Amino acid sequence: MSLDTFTIQLLNGLVTSMLLFVMAVGLALIFGLMDVINLTHGAFYLLGGYIGLTLVRALGNFWLALLVAPLVVGALGLVIEYFFLRRLYGRGRHLEQVLFTFGFALIVIDLTRWYWGAFVESVPEPVELSGQVQLLFIQFPIYRLAIIFSGLALALVLWLFIERTRLGAIIRAGVSDAQMVSGLGINIQQVFAFVFALGTALAGLAGVIGAPVFHLYPGLDSEILILALVVVVIGGLGTLKGAFLGSLLIGLADTFGKALIPEFSRFLIFAVMAAILLVRPAGLFGLSEG
Amino acid sequence: MATITAQLNNAQLWLLRNRKWTVVALLLLALIFPLLVRFRILNAYSLSLAIDVLIYAIFAMSLDLLLGYTGLISFGHAAFFGLGAYILAYLSTRLTSNLLLTVPLVLLGTALAALVIGFFAVRTRGIYFLMVTLAFGQMLFSIAISWSSVTGGSDGLTGVPNPSLGLGPLNLAIDTRENFYFFTLAIFLISFWLLRRIVNSPFGWTLRGIRENDARLRALGVNTFRFKLAAFVVGGAFAGLAGLLQAHSASIASPENLYWTTSGQVMIMLLVGGAGTLTGPLLGAATVRLLQNFASTRTERWETLMGLVFIAFVLFLRGGLISLLRPRTTAETSRAQEII
Repeated sequence: MSLDTFTIQLLNGLVTSMLLFVMAVGLALIFGLMDVINLTHGAFYLLGGYIGLTLVRALGNFWLALLVAPLVVGALGLVIEYFFLRRLYGRGRHLEQVLFTFGFALIVIDLTRWYWGAFVESVPEPVELSGQVQLLFIQFPIYRLAIIFSGLALALVLWLFIERTRLGAIIRAGVSDAQMVSGLGINIQQVFAFVFALGTALAGLAGVIGAPVFHLYPGLDSEILILALVVVVIGGLGTLKGAFLGSLLIGLADTFGKALIPEFSRFLIFAVMAAILLVRPAGLFGLSEG
Repeated sequence: MATITAQLNNAQLWLLRNRKWTVVALLLLALIFPLLVRFRILNAYSLSLAIDVLIYAIFAMSLDLLLGYTGLISFGHAAFFGLGAYILAYLSTRLTSNLLLTVPLVLLGTALAALVIGFFAVRTRGIYFLMVTLAFGQMLFSIAISWSSVTGGSDGLTGVPNPSLGLGPLNLAIDTRENFYFFTLAIFLISFWLLRRIVNSPFGWTLRGIRENDARLRALGVNTFRFKLAAFVVGGAFAGLAGLLQAHSASIASPENLYWTTSGQVMIMLLVGGAGTLTGPLLGAATVRLLQNFASTRTERWETLMGLVFIAFVLFLRGGLISLLRPRTTAETSRAQEII
């Protein structure tokens, strides 16, 4: 592998990583705070992308789609949390939560296939960010570079939000002990609903951002869901840091794997996961009691 | 104990009083079922549907050993179902479809895979276990898709021949749908009997103990890791057996057999029927398969419909269908014991 291809693969790997981060951070937060594993997350990604596609076609404005699609998906998340998921909280109800979100994913995927069809669709990238840029000795698409930077920016904003604001502090406290937080007179139900909506909105956002590069098709939902789950497993329970480093690891492993051993690229990811689990069963930053 | 006022409904009472006869009647129905098809009382497709139900019942029972009895929520159980199908398809298209050879090899292969995957997965707990098994299942799926020289890629391995049972000069070909039905029924009954022995053995009770309180069992000196791994291996092997039947029944091993939605489907079957029992999986497999068949012939949006049904079950019927037929509270149970 020459230096040129190596650099391009590295950048492509970072694109995948950052997209995965936007996806996985919601999953990790919902998991950490509410102890719920949301299997609809992949379907929300796809739904966000498709809504973005429709908006871009109708309005011809990518930026508006980028703003509206996550809001719509987030609102749907809020509805699901408020009317259904709320009934299923509590210890020992993992199975029901999982099957509920699985059933919901089936419905969302079936309805998207019905409305948008089963063909590969793609959202055109915004004109402001089309074309290539010269980086030292290589050419790289501007849009992909923008994904890397927006991923980093989002990570920073989320970090500031979680570490420096009052709500962030409540969320952190909730991850450690939700019951204790509600004992302090804080309405933890509202925090749950907010985090669930935020997480699903982020999945929808990832769907719009990713659509120009990774396209949209039925089946993409589970591909991306599995990768995000692996990220959460590797990173550990409900940590921003874990989601970020896990995304970097998996995004790069996936991209280089595809370039070097195309037949077994996925195998590499799971090998990484297995190796980490062997050393740290609760993930890189997880507490020992999973 | 005159204070026991637990009410059992009529169906529960009837079932408790006539338990043996219910089993005998069901067995008889299973045996004469092909006759109903032969005399055109039922259409030919219902025989295939019955085979399908039996295969998925074995698959669901094998998951139940993990999920219902040991409390291990595996979301990657299709890995072993699909692996069993692929091993069988590979063997029967290139070597032999003699069951005396394929069955042991499939059991060995899937048990070995379960040992390796379980070695990593069983270390983790609760929801982590779920995610890890899901990820490993998808790993096998992506291998099946990309390693096309062996697995046939996204087309799968096609042209799986009918099974045969050969010992030296004696060769019994299972070449009609009716014969295959009886063969599947036999495998189902054997699996049911074996799993019943397993869950009622000291080993099975230890598994229940792990489900209830893993830490306490460890404090008592039980190496729960080994027990969980053993359950994972046994469950994997039975799922492999179901996969073998599936590949013969559909004459194909397809990547879909390994896909995570297949794992989800079989979990739903358990939930609909009732986990932690051995009749629940059969009830669940039958209900889900019949419902799917009914819905898919009437509407194109049947997946949405099935999703809604699943959600309804999760929200409103936690114990599954079997809970409607069994006493639920301790008071009801002691009342039931009085009657028996």
